[in-house]
Amino acid sequence: MDKKNRGPLCHIVKRPAIPWYQAWGIRLAALILALLFCAVVTMVLTGDNPISIYLTIYEGSFATPRRFWVLMQNLAILLCISLAMAPAFRMRFWNIGGEGQVMIGCLVCAAEMIYLGGDIPNAVLIILMIVSSLAAGAVWGMIPAFFKAKWNTNETLFTLMMNYVATQLVAFFIIIWESPKGSGKVGIINQKSMAGWLPTIADNKYLLNVLIVSVLTVVIFIYMKYSKHGYELAVVGESERTARYVGIKVGNVIVRTMALSGAICGLAGFLLVAGTDHTITTTLSGGRGFTAVMVAWMAKFNPLGMIFTSFLLVFLGKGAGEISTNFGLNQSFSDILSGIIIFFLIGCEFFISYRLVFRKGEK
Amino acid sequence: MFNFAAFIPRAVMQSIPLLLGSTGETITEKSGNLNLGIPGVMYVGAISGVIGSFFYEMSLEDPAQINSFLAVLIPMACCLLGSFLMGLLYCFLTVTLRANQNVTGLALTTFGIGFGNFFGGSLIKLTGSSVPSIALSATNKAFAAKLPLAEKTGVFGRIFLSYGFLAYLAIVIALVTSHILTRTRVGLQLRAVGENPATADAAGINVGRYKYLATCIGSMIAGLGGLYYVMDYASGVWSNDAFGDRGWLAIALVIFTIWRPNVGILASMLFGGLYILYLFIPTGTNLAIKEIYKMLPYLVTIAVLVLISLRKRREDQPPAGLGLPYFREER
Repeated sequence: MDKKNRGPLCHIVKRPAIPWYQAWGIRLAALILALLFCAVVTMVLTGDNPISIYLTIYEGSFATPRRFWVLMQNLAILLCISLAMAPAFRMRFWNIGGEGQVMIGCLVCAAEMIYLGGDIPNAVLIILMIVSSLAAGAVWGMIPAFFKAKWNTNETLFTLMMNYVATQLVAFFIIIWESPKGSGKVGIINQKSMAGWLPTIADNKYLLNVLIVSVLTVVIFIYMKYSKHGYELAVVGESERTARYVGIKVGNVIVRTMALSGAICGLAGFLLVAGTDHTITTTLSGGRGFTAVMVAWMAKFNPLGMIFTSFLLVFLGKGAGEISTNFGLNQSFSDILSGIIIFFLIGCEFFISYRLVFRKGEK
Repeated sequence: MFNFAAFIPRAVMQSIPLLLGSTGETITEKSGNLNLGIPGVMYVGAISGVIGSFFYEMSLEDPAQINSFLAVLIPMACCLLGSFLMGLLYCFLTVTLRANQNVTGLALTTFGIGFGNFFGGSLIKLTGSSVPSIALSATNKAFAAKLPLAEKTGVFGRIFLSYGFLAYLAIVIALVTSHILTRTRVGLQLRAVGENPATADAAGINVGRYKYLATCIGSMIAGLGGLYYVMDYASGVWSNDAFGDRGWLAIALVIFTIWRPNVGILASMLFGGLYILYLFIPTGTNLAIKEIYKMLPYLVTIAVLVLISLRKRREDQPPAGLGLPYFREER
């Protein structure tokens, strides 16, 4: 055979479905590779040895009970936002507006704490705050969904823009509410009266948030797996034409699912403002609306898998923070490590759906 | 009286990073890749340039003996290399490994912004240098050098001639891109790839190569936007998060201009103007209003997005293959 007519060195073949343990094996291998790579990067930058790097990462989350609970709190919020993303993504509705939906939930919550705090009984205030932050998030999510359902407006770009509209709204109200005047900050709301603050259970201000999100995880899991709504949105995601053919009202499903998605984001905003932070800043959500997209996607939109993926990112973030503190480096180090892990996990999906076939030797 | 002579130059300086970012993103999107990593790419472009010129300035004993040709060339080369690698990473994941574009793009943004802030905040510590902050004044002089005529021609000079060379380069790039996209065979083939990759493939166009090239070139152009921001606009001073949400604004601009870089020249100035309008409008003590003005670019972008989907004119639509992966085997 002459050289010209040889096939390419390797080509890609789609795999038949592989058993779940093989798929998770590939993901685990990618994760280990990613962690090794992270250690190498850290070693180059700090000159520390790998064992002590991993120890530092572990200490970042587990050295003291306080650190552990901060980890749990961050995990709960990230998981909550990721849970919000899952139904929409299963429907192939690319909602990257989680950030904005959380912020608008925070905003409504803070507004009620400021204007109604002390005037009405605390229980009524908290119920009102829950309802209105859920509603605000839902509305923020439904706006792009409505245009998508009606006129097929590009939802990725629409939800992206809605983030900044929400952030600027928050920035606007922060200046109106700022206290003390001129500080550019709102400060702790109702510090004395604690009106609108969620109660603490067992002297632990994070426990309630963690419990709420745990329940929510199970609810979303059941909703997506066993409910009629969950089935409908999966059909819409797989094929809109099929959905229309079997009589599912696609537009309704889109708007309904996004309302749910936005409402859960609003709940995350409520948990942030009423549960732990008791203040509002433009960075309260801290990019978690975007991180949640990756968390949900890495877990293949399975709510139980998301517990693991969100834990992974929060855990690494804390660990990287600890490394940066120890070596006097910038806190953004954690973003670099998260980025590396996500790149590896995104890349490994290829090897789950496809395999490479190398050119056979010449006979 | 509204002070146009002061307003326009500042609006233009605001607009250049947006223009470069959106030109780069337009090229990328025309190939069907929705690169949401542009904010990260712009950060990496900026910090790569900073790292390059930081080492160059440190290697000199006296900043006065800086060679202005090298002072421009080194950061530019570093910036182009850094943003090229980011584009390459995006392409490798989305085109070769067929990963989801939205997720990859967001990961790229997280990584890129983290990369920028990390090295911006730790460069001095890592190199064991004794300077208090990253202030590349000598490099800034080379980048912000104005035409000699600018001072002599009064208002005309201030409005049209008072910018560093990257500003003019940005406008040239936008015009050339626009010409290539609409008037050449390469542009036609690129648009075909973005609209319907299967058809393009059948016509013998190498889809993968076009996607790679468009995304990498687009990233490099966007990276220059970051470089302009730090070297010219911010006077060579790096401060973390100062670049802000300009990367997302650049993506908004792509929609606002309906994927036309030549329209982007004026539209970016409009966005840049809206960004700083609050400085020029007497609002008294009401600082809150400025946050509402900053919201305007996003609101008008949403309006444009809704309008183009309502009117359904075919030449105004996003590329039909935008955000969708292309698997030859699954046609």
